[in-house]
Amino acid sequence: MSAPSASSFVNINGVSLVYGKKDQTKALDELNMAITEGQFVAVVGPSGCGKSSLMKLVTGLRPPTSGTIDVGGQRIDRPLKIVGMAFQNPTLLPWRRTLSNVMLPMEIVEPHRHSFRADRKQHEARALALLDSVGLDGFATKFPWQLSGGMQQRASLCRALMHEPSLLMLDEPFGALDAFTREELWDVLQDIWLAQKCTTILVTHDLREAVYLADKVFVMSARPGRIIETYDVTFPRPRRPDLVFDPAFAEIVQHLRENIRHQRHVPQAASAGRAAS
Amino acid sequence: MNSEFLGRAMPWLVTAGTLALWEGLCRLFRVPEFILPAPLRILAATIEYWDAIWFHASHTLVMTLIGFALAVVFGLLLGIAVGSSRLAYQGLYPLLIGFNSVPKVAIVPVLVIWFGVGAIPAILIAFLMSFFPIAVNVATGLATVEPELEDVLRSLGAKPRDLILKVGLPRSMPFFFASLKIAITLAFVGAVISESIASSRGIGTLMVQASADFRVALVFAGLMVTAVMGIVMYAFFAVIEQHTTQWANRKMEMEV
Ligand SMILES: Nc1ncnc2c1ncn2[C@@H]1O[C@H](COP(=O)(O)OP(=O)(O)OP(=O)(O)O)[C@@H](O)[C@H]1O
Ligand SMILES: [Mg+2]
Repeated sequence: MSAPSASSFVNINGVSLVYGKKDQTKALDELNMAITEGQFVAVVGPSGCGKSSLMKLVTGLRPPTSGTIDVGGQRIDRPLKIVGMAFQNPTLLPWRRTLSNVMLPMEIVEPHRHSFRADRKQHEARALALLDSVGLDGFATKFPWQLSGGMQQRASLCRALMHEPSLLMLDEPFGALDAFTREELWDVLQDIWLAQKCTTILVTHDLREAVYLADKVFVMSARPGRIIETYDVTFPRPRRPDLVFDPAFAEIVQHLRENIRHQRHVPQAASAGRAAS
Repeated sequence: MNSEFLGRAMPWLVTAGTLALWEGLCRLFRVPEFILPAPLRILAATIEYWDAIWFHASHTLVMTLIGFALAVVFGLLLGIAVGSSRLAYQGLYPLLIGFNSVPKVAIVPVLVIWFGVGAIPAILIAFLMSFFPIAVNVATGLATVEPELEDVLRSLGAKPRDLILKVGLPRSMPFFFASLKIAITLAFVGAVISESIASSRGIGTLMVQASADFRVALVFAGLMVTAVMGIVMYAFFAVIEQHTTQWANRKMEMEV
């Protein structure tokens, strides 16, 4: 692994995570990651390798069993305040309508919480614009259970973006979407990122999604998860839908796929140092 | 006749049927009035003594509502404390269970010694009987919050107070409102019990006096009025429950 540099915004250093006391599950094993400020990175890996767990560690929702995590120069020992997170399950609050679910961060996050009432109109306008951009116009007044799974995911993406976080964590935000909507939302997300330049960590199963969106793709091994490859994607931005037909694009996707397949059969592959590009 | 209409008519039909059966059996076997008066006779007695009944029943209602209001405030606070803190839960739960197991009738004489005969024992018994289900339900609602929902707020840097206000309490509202309809009937029972032991006014007092005077029809009139009041208060809070926690009752909404 590349040694964590002082300039990186997110620094994950030798992090291990073990779930349970009696019946132990080792989810992460000596994992290292360094992410520069403003970078868009994707994390890919087989199911159950610890991607969601990694997200919870970085946001401070869960302490690591060993190792350290620093974000913005600060050691993480409690939940972060600068982060917008879209969980793997949409987790909208069922008693709130979509609009007030999306506005939730403004009621919690400093300093917005102190002026929530006064700025309500502005927040509403922003929330509606966000819903609009993900194709949820007209659903603001619906309850979460009146939305489909994919629509709930999109609403939860809006909630993560609402307070313009400086660290955006997305755990398979497009997992329940059809191919067309998904690719549309790639562009929506990329435009938002280009406008805000927030550091973004995207967990995904879709290698094309990872290569299309990210500056850097981290490949994780099967459980216990560790980074087995770091791949820099250098296509210029903004990337547009015809990029996926580019042979170079297909080649990278193919390379990552091979790599994941290979390490699935040989879980303990000592390939940690092998970085392409 | 569709099933929705039948569903609505059912309570009335069954009640009317029961009363008709009762009336019929009383007439058929010529049951003496001082053993079991027939419904029509009870109705006549209700009308005859309406002023006295209302004088007493309205007092019981006030006692019930004051005791219930106290129970809502105290039960909610206690429920929040027990449901949101593990320590409070472990410390208070055995005490609560023990307290709830004591028959409240047994406490009335003690209250009379402390506060004298009158309104205060009735209010206190109404309160003591009804706060328990409220506290237990609110505590259950808080204790069973999905950790994922709390994570959403924690990931935004929420304070513990935010977690209770924005997730715990809304989440436990269906539990709270479900407990209100149970609590109000318990408060009512408590008030009536206390009045029938130690009071000079109230529907409980009325029934005790009437049975001492051997006016059985009036006793039953009091019982009937008690039952009707219980049903009305239950229904009132059942309607409130449906309207306040729509998100938890969506199954019903889909069926309609
Ligand atoms: N709360 C928990 N308690 C115990 N074990 C857990 C818990 N959460 C996750 N695990 C275990 O940790 C491992 C990693 O889980 P995690 O959810 O991080 O995987 P993932 O990479 O996100 O998988 P997927 O791609 O399917 O979402 C799994 O083996 C899982 O069984
Ligand atoms: Mg996951």
